[in-house]
Amino acid sequence: MKVLKTLKDGDFLITNMAVHRHNRSVESLYKNSRLRGLSYKTYMADIRHNLSNKAYFIFTPKEKCIMSYLSLLEKMLEQKKISRRQFMTQASALGLIAAAPTILTKHAIASETPQKGGTFRHAMTGASTSDSLDPATLFANHAINISSQVSNCLVEIDHNFKPVPELAESWEASSDAKKWVFKLRKGVEFHNGKTMTVNDVIFSINHHRGEESKSAAKPYLKSVESIKADGNDTVVFTLSEGSADFPFILGDYHLRIYPEGTEGKDWEKAIGTGGYILENWEPGVRALTKRNPNYWKTGRAHFNEVETIAISDVNARTNALKTGRIDAMDRVDVKTVHLLKKMPNLNVSAITGTMHYSVPMLVDVKPYSDKNVRMALKLAVDREEMVKNILKGYGELGNDHPISSVNRYHASNLEQRKYDPDKANFYMKKAGMLDHTFNLHASDAAFSGAVDAAVLYQESAKKAGIKINVVREPSDGYWSNVWTKKEWCMCYWSGRPVEDMMFSVGYATGAPWNDTHWSNEKFNKLLKEARAELDEAKRLQLYTEMQQICNEDSGTVIPMFNQIVEGFSSKLGHGAVSAHMELDGHRNTERWWFKA
Amino acid sequence: MKNILLLICKRIGASLITIFVISLIIFIGVELLPGDVAETVLGQSATPETVEAFRKELKLDLPPHVRYATWLNHFVHGDFGNSLANKRPVAELVNWRLSNTLLLAMVTAFIAVPLSIFLGILAALYRNTLFDKMISITTLSFISFPEFFIAYVLIALFSVQLNIFPSLAIIDDNMGFFNKLYAIILPSLTLTCVVTAHMMRQTRAAIINVLGSAYIEMAEIKGIRGFRIIVYHAFPNALSPVINVVAVNLAYLVVGVVLVEVVFVYPGLGQLLVDSVAKRDLPVVQASGLIFSIAYIFMNLAADILSMLANPKLRQSNF
Repeated sequence: MKVLKTLKDGDFLITNMAVHRHNRSVESLYKNSRLRGLSYKTYMADIRHNLSNKAYFIFTPKEKCIMSYLSLLEKMLEQKKISRRQFMTQASALGLIAAAPTILTKHAIASETPQKGGTFRHAMTGASTSDSLDPATLFANHAINISSQVSNCLVEIDHNFKPVPELAESWEASSDAKKWVFKLRKGVEFHNGKTMTVNDVIFSINHHRGEESKSAAKPYLKSVESIKADGNDTVVFTLSEGSADFPFILGDYHLRIYPEGTEGKDWEKAIGTGGYILENWEPGVRALTKRNPNYWKTGRAHFNEVETIAISDVNARTNALKTGRIDAMDRVDVKTVHLLKKMPNLNVSAITGTMHYSVPMLVDVKPYSDKNVRMALKLAVDREEMVKNILKGYGELGNDHPISSVNRYHASNLEQRKYDPDKANFYMKKAGMLDHTFNLHASDAAFSGAVDAAVLYQESAKKAGIKINVVREPSDGYWSNVWTKKEWCMCYWSGRPVEDMMFSVGYATGAPWNDTHWSNEKFNKLLKEARAELDEAKRLQLYTEMQQICNEDSGTVIPMFNQIVEGFSSKLGHGAVSAHMELDGHRNTERWWFKA
Repeated sequence: MKNILLLICKRIGASLITIFVISLIIFIGVELLPGDVAETVLGQSATPETVEAFRKELKLDLPPHVRYATWLNHFVHGDFGNSLANKRPVAELVNWRLSNTLLLAMVTAFIAVPLSIFLGILAALYRNTLFDKMISITTLSFISFPEFFIAYVLIALFSVQLNIFPSLAIIDDNMGFFNKLYAIILPSLTLTCVVTAHMMRQTRAAIINVLGSAYIEMAEIKGIRGFRIIVYHAFPNALSPVINVVAVNLAYLVVGVVLVEVVFVYPGLGQLLVDSVAKRDLPVVQASGLIFSIAYIFMNLAADILSMLANPKLRQSNF
């Protein structure tokens, strides 16, 4: 027990939850400990001390060391020193949930299977009294979570970043990935008793297409030429160009299925097919939902009732969790997370996802149009310092491309860019811009701590002889007035589950959210090629090359990926937690339960 | 009495003009802010096309004076319109929150007004003693802290440590009155701490001011006890300034408590106003802004009337 406790306190094991490649895990354990300022030696000593009978384990090759840790876990589970849930948490941290299902079934203990019942109360940020449940304008946690309680998408993205069937039963692509045929699940009913038909699906997707649509998902569906029904339960999507990752797009949280003809105020009633029925919804305050007795999924949606409270103040959220008023919260303050961890009845999870902080510069504006200037600025940021100070260690280093280590085609062999004042100075000199003062526009609206991060940037650049002036901008209207308007600013990206989506919306020439106006011919060509490519190995190669181009040429500095840090009551049971979006992919109400 | 009726009529007339001007100022103010509801609701995910489509849907492409005239026309017909962001009727949004705001304000007033007047009288009675200074120092320190700080201290003490009061003050219509009271104890206490000092100091000053008059000296010579002099002789004559400061503080309790609302997650009007300004949701800004102005106008009117009733001298004067 002691072993696990200590490991949990360090919590480096949970960091890579949902990573499905084993070998990456140990690497990131090590990386993480480095970020926290532990030397390799102390880190090893610590592990050895805790696992004294398995002292050799860390020095064996990667694969073996994971397996030996797993066997230790198994032994402890057998001797009932740890619970099955603890086992699962640890095992999934090693990325073994998907790889070793037999181990789990072997130790399945009846009491740990999901229990029905209870009122689940959770609180989250990002709510406003002007929120709407219209899926076209979903933007922040509170409304997204409520929306996922009451409705479903065609495709679910599971904790391994794989698209799995939801309202679509199965799908098939033509060989050029231009035609996608989705078979719908039969007999699914909306909360008002109406059976879902192919027309509802076409209506719901079209809500995000066409000239009159204001949907944030519009750019994703740009390549969709037509959506047609084929019989009563088949939908055919025809695309203008091949897209191997099209099912991921239909798993996007905006693309929810609602009855045909829903409009205006009807969206707020949220008549979906989801596991919970909306009872009461007060934007910016809370929503109450009740379990849908007629839910078509089995083994999901275990709570009788869910109260989803909007608490934008992080201290108020923390207090509510501490006093037991709520059972779970999002976005724990990393400055005080150590205090929360000391509470005996609470758990804290820290998961690396696709979220990252970026510092985009407009490459069509002088002097950012000079590649040397961009390189100098990329080298002038002290990433380790930023992760240590801004994220308090709850993050990973960014490598100036937006693909996270949990993504499928992450370029793991691409060299990590390090803080190098001399080299930065060299490039800046080459560009002849050492006298120039670079204005960095920052506001905490970009992300919490953005202004501090800008000041850190300023300090590290100073050592390279580069002058940065931090311009504080008002939080109000930051995204419409500063981002993509000012030549260099702080920014935040939630990331995308697949490389294609991320690059197409943020980095391709003319992409809607290309916040640097970057345009690289080779990159665009590779993007098209990779999109239509169905062969995995070939795709890895293409995406790796694109990440490298991004890393060297793009106008985006990406210093860090922040972890999803959440707190919840130890009474809650759950399986492997998804790193795709917060709150278990916003499906915590569906996937979690109260332990008996 | 005739004077008072005349005053009320005149004031109501003036208020209507004030409200019209305020609505115009609110409209111009929101128009001057960079960005509009389409841009702010879509936020980071906005693209030029989606913003354009959203604007068309909301008729934001019409010129400003047309939009203001439409709004005014609906408003004088008693239609507050719908929220631009989520299409809900503004009346529905505001009603519930207004009653919550008033509940919190009234509960706080119920504690704070008697408390501060009582403390003020005591401070005047024992003026310049250690006791007087203690009251002043304590209440002034409370007013000097930002209100969210007091709120955090109270939460840390009463909900985290002692666990006797809830740290969240979410209330809904299904709760009984006493449950609601229990839920809003901490926010009321916080606000009490914030407003007490002001009213207490004013009461003390007004009474001490009156205590210098000749008729008080007369009462003292007659041998009346200090407490009795203050309550029966000095305080009634010091009422005017006290009523005024109480009115201003009550208005503050209605309009200025957004920080407390955020910390306790209390669904009041302040949060609605802040959110709707951030989203440039004009009909909601107008409605909540006008309610706030009406609160001030009404409180001032009430203060004037009460002062007149309390002070015969004012009753004779011409307004």
